[in-house]
Amino acid sequence: MSKYYATIGLEMHCEGSLTNSKVFSPSKNEYTELPNCNVTPIDMGFPGVLPVANKECVRMSIMMANILHARIPEYMYWERKNYYYPDLPKGYQITQNPPEECVGNGGYIDIEREDGSTFRVEIDNLHLEEDAAQLTHLYDTSTINYNRAGNPLFELVTGPCLHSADDAVSFLEYMRAIYQYCGISEADSKKGHLRCDVNVSISEDPDKLGTKVEIKNVNSFSSVRDAINYEIERQSDLKDEGRYDEEVVQETRRWDEESQTTKSMRSKVDAIDYKYFVEPNIPKIKLDKKWVDEIIASTPELPYERKAKYMNDLGLSSYDATIIIKDIKIATYFEKCVELGVDAKTAANWICTQILGYCYKEEKEIDEIYLTPERLAQITSAIKDGRISSKQGKELFALTLEREEEPEAIMEAEGMKQLSDDSELIKIVTEILDRSEAQIADYKGGKTNIIGYFVGQVMQATKGQANPGKVNQILKEELSKR
Amino acid sequence: MMDKTIVELHEELKSGKVTSDELVQESLKKSHEVQEKCNAFVTILDDAKGTEVTDDLLSGIPFGIKDNYSTKGILSTGSSNTLKDYVPFFTATAIENLTKHGCVPVNKTAMDEFGMGGTGTTGHTGVQKNPWDTSRMCAGSSSGSAAAVAAGVYPFATGSDTGDSIRKPAAFCGIVGYKPTYGMISRYGLFAFASSLDTCGVLTRSVEDAAIVVDAMKGIDPKDMTSWDSSNINLYKDLSKDVKGKKLFYIKEIVDKNNYKNLPKETEEHLDNFMKTIDKVKELGIEVEEVSINQDLLNAIASTYVVISCAEATSNMSNLTGFSFGPRGEGSTYQEQMKDHRTKGFSSLIKRRFVIGSYVLQAVNQDKYFKNAQRARRLIVDAIKEQFKKYDGLILPVGTGPATKLDNHDMVSDDELTVLDEHLQIGNFGGFPSITIPNGFVDGLPVGINITGNCYDDQNVLNIAYALESSMDYKNQIAKEVK
Repeated sequence: MSKYYATIGLEMHCEGSLTNSKVFSPSKNEYTELPNCNVTPIDMGFPGVLPVANKECVRMSIMMANILHARIPEYMYWERKNYYYPDLPKGYQITQNPPEECVGNGGYIDIEREDGSTFRVEIDNLHLEEDAAQLTHLYDTSTINYNRAGNPLFELVTGPCLHSADDAVSFLEYMRAIYQYCGISEADSKKGHLRCDVNVSISEDPDKLGTKVEIKNVNSFSSVRDAINYEIERQSDLKDEGRYDEEVVQETRRWDEESQTTKSMRSKVDAIDYKYFVEPNIPKIKLDKKWVDEIIASTPELPYERKAKYMNDLGLSSYDATIIIKDIKIATYFEKCVELGVDAKTAANWICTQILGYCYKEEKEIDEIYLTPERLAQITSAIKDGRISSKQGKELFALTLEREEEPEAIMEAEGMKQLSDDSELIKIVTEILDRSEAQIADYKGGKTNIIGYFVGQVMQATKGQANPGKVNQILKEELSKR
Repeated sequence: MMDKTIVELHEELKSGKVTSDELVQESLKKSHEVQEKCNAFVTILDDAKGTEVTDDLLSGIPFGIKDNYSTKGILSTGSSNTLKDYVPFFTATAIENLTKHGCVPVNKTAMDEFGMGGTGTTGHTGVQKNPWDTSRMCAGSSSGSAAAVAAGVYPFATGSDTGDSIRKPAAFCGIVGYKPTYGMISRYGLFAFASSLDTCGVLTRSVEDAAIVVDAMKGIDPKDMTSWDSSNINLYKDLSKDVKGKKLFYIKEIVDKNNYKNLPKETEEHLDNFMKTIDKVKELGIEVEEVSINQDLLNAIASTYVVISCAEATSNMSNLTGFSFGPRGEGSTYQEQMKDHRTKGFSSLIKRRFVIGSYVLQAVNQDKYFKNAQRARRLIVDAIKEQFKKYDGLILPVGTGPATKLDNHDMVSDDELTVLDEHLQIGNFGGFPSITIPNGFVDGLPVGINITGNCYDDQNVLNIAYALESSMDYKNQIAKEVK
C-alpha cells in the first residue's frame, strides 16, 4: 500500500449496442464477426455524405443523464473533434463539447461497496458521440473494419474523486449494470463495448492534487484495477526516491497487458489540438420538455432498487443480492426462477454457487447455458416434493448440463427417485434392525449417534434413494419399539 | 434547338417536332464544341440516351451536372486530383430528384477544385474560358456550368454556391444564377466545402427556367437534417410579374461612386448601368431606397468568409486521405501515405486555405479568429435582416464589372473594391435566397445584377427578378464571341 493519497478520475466509454442503427447513419448496429458488412457510405466518410442524429440514441443519453443527476440541456448540440487517424474515416469525430453543452452536465452517483458502506462519484459530464472503425495490426499490414465506425458511444467523465482501484472498479461495475438495465448496451467487454481511460495522481496532502497521468484504452475492469495500482506504485516509488518532480509529468500512457505496466505514449507538450468546432450539418435540436419527462418517467428499475427489493421482499442476503444484480442477465434469470415458483433463497443459492461456478468455468453467460430457469425449476421442485434428495439434485444438475437433456427425462432414465413410502421403508428398516442386535444394544445404552450407522445401511439398501428425513423418523420409531 | 427555354423545348418534344434522343445528341455535339473552346467539362457522357416525354416540363431535356455532385457510376472528381478516378456508388438527392422528372444528364461540368477559388482556373483539368471572350475567365466555382449554359449546350446545369459560386459566374457569362434559401435543396451527395454556407442551385438563361429546375431539385430530405419542407412553395406555378408596391434597397457604401477613390473605368460603367437598371425597377412600380450600412461591418464580410469557409473546409476535406477512395499515397507509414496523397492531390490554393482553416481553429487562436468570425457573421446577418423587416429584398450589382482577363487574375484586387466584389457572401451568411440576372453590357461583355431576399422568401425574390428580366432585353441570351 502506498503511503500517499491517490486521486483517480475515469472516462468510461460504453458502446450503445442495443439500438437498431448507428448514431448518425442508418447502418445496422450489430456485433458480428464478419468484417465490413454493416457499412454505408456515411460510415466510410465518402464525399458528400451527411450525418443524421439517431433519436433513440438521444433518448438513451437523456435517460442516462437523469440517472447521473446531471443537468440536461435545452438543446442537443454536437461539435467536431478533428484529427487524422486511419480508423477515423471523416478525419473528425462528431462528439459533444464543451461539458456545459453535453447531454449530461455535472451530476453524481452513489455507489455501495461490498462491505455495505457507500461513496459518491462526481460526474463531470456525459456525452453522446460516434465510435471509430476498428484497426487490427498484423505483422506487416493493418486492416480496417468499419462495422464499428459510427456506432453510438456514451462517454462518461468523472471528477477526480476516487481514491482506490477497488472503488473505481465498483463504480464501473455499477455503471455497466445500469447500461444493461436501461436497455442501452449489453455492456459486454468481450464485444469491446466497454473501454476506459484512467487518470491517476498521488499526493502527500489530500487537499492538493499531484501531477495527473492519463492511461488510455484500458479495456477490462481487471486491467483498470491493475493499471491504477501499478501507476500508484510507480508514482509512489518515484516520490520515495525523490524523482517525482522530474519524472512524473503530465502525460498520456497506455496499459501494456503483456508486461502489466504502463508505458509512455506522449507528453502534454505533444498533446493533440483537436480544433473543436460546431458540427454544421446538425442543427441544434430543441429537447421537448414533455418528451424528456416521458423518458425520465420510463426509466426502468435500477440495480440498487432491485437489490433492496430482493433483500426486503424476498429475504436474500446482501451478499447474494449484490451478486445477482451485478449483471442484468443474472437478475433476469433469478426473477424468472422466482416467477416459476422456485423459492427465492433456494434460487439465489443455486445461482450464486452452482450456476455461476459453472458459467465461470465454461466461460459462458448465464443466458447461454442449457440449464434454463425452467429446467432449474424442474430440479428444485423435485427436491422440494421429496421425489429426489438434495444430493441427487446436485447430480441431476451436473447431468442436465453434461447431457443437455431435460431433468425429468434424466430422473426417469437414471431411476432417480426418493423412497418416501412409509410401509416400504418400515420393511427395510425392520430387516436391518433384525440383523443388528449389537448396535441396538449400543443405541439403547446411550450411544444415540449410532443412528447414523443405521441410516447408512438404509441408504445402501436403497441405493441412496431413501428420503433421509423419513428414514430418521422411522428408525427412531422402530428403535423405540425394541 | 438548345438555345430554347425549357417550356419551348417541352412544346417541341410534345408536338413531336423533335425527339429526346435528338436533343441529347445535339447537346452532346455542342458539348464537344464547347469543350474545345472553353474546357468546360470533366466528363462528357457520350452514351447518354433520350427519355420518354411526359407532361413533365423537364422530361426528355438534357442538362449538365457540376462535378461536385455525387453521381452513381459516373466519374465525380470535384475537379480535384484527389478524386481523379472516383466513381461513386450513390447519387446526390438533388440529382435523383431532378432525374425523376425525366431530364437527361449529358456531362459533368468542370469547376474550381472542390468549389474553392472563384476563378474557374484551379480545377485539375485546367482553366475554364468564357464563351463570350476566351481570354477571360468565367468566374467560379461553377465555371463549367456557367460556360455551358451560356454557350447553349442545354437550358440548365446544376451549380453550388458557398460564397457566390453560382451567382458570380452567371454574371460573367450573361445568364441567370439562382441560389435558393439554405436547406431548400438537400446537400446529401454534394461534396462539402463549407457546410454552413454550401447551397445547391442552378444556372439557366431565364428566371422561369430557374424556377422550374429548383422546383424539381428541392424538397425535405431525411438524409439532410438542414433541409426543410418546401412542399407549399411552387416557384414556377406562382411566378408572377405583379410586383407593384414591393420595396427594395441597395447599400449606399457599395454602389455610391463617390465612395471609391480609384474607380476603374469598367467598374464605373458597371455602377452607372446598375443605377439605370434601378430606374427600370422603379418603372415596375417597385420602391427602391438607398440604405446606409456600417462600413466596418461591410469591410468584415470578406475576412469573415475566409475564416469560416477555410475552417469548415479543412475539416470537411479531412476524409481525403487516399485510404478508402482516391489514389493511395506512397510511403511506409500511414502518416506518410496520407501526406503524400494530400501533397500531390491538392492545388496550392487549397493547401493555403487549409493552413488558414487549421490556424483559425487552433485552441489558442480560435476565439480571436473563428469565434470572432462567427460573431461578425451574426452581426452582418442581423443588420441585413433588420432591413428585410422593411424591404422585400436587397438589390446590388454583381462584382466589379464584366469578366476578368485570365492573364491578370492573379492581380490582387484593389482593397477598396473588395466589398463590391465579395458582398454576395452575405447571401451565404444568412442562407438567403439570391438570384443574379444579366442587366446589360460593359465593353461588349455581359454584367449582372443580384436580388437577395429573406429566408424562405424565394418566391418574392424570383418574382421581382422575373418582372425585371421582362423589362430588359437579356433574357435567354446565348454567348456571342465578341473578340
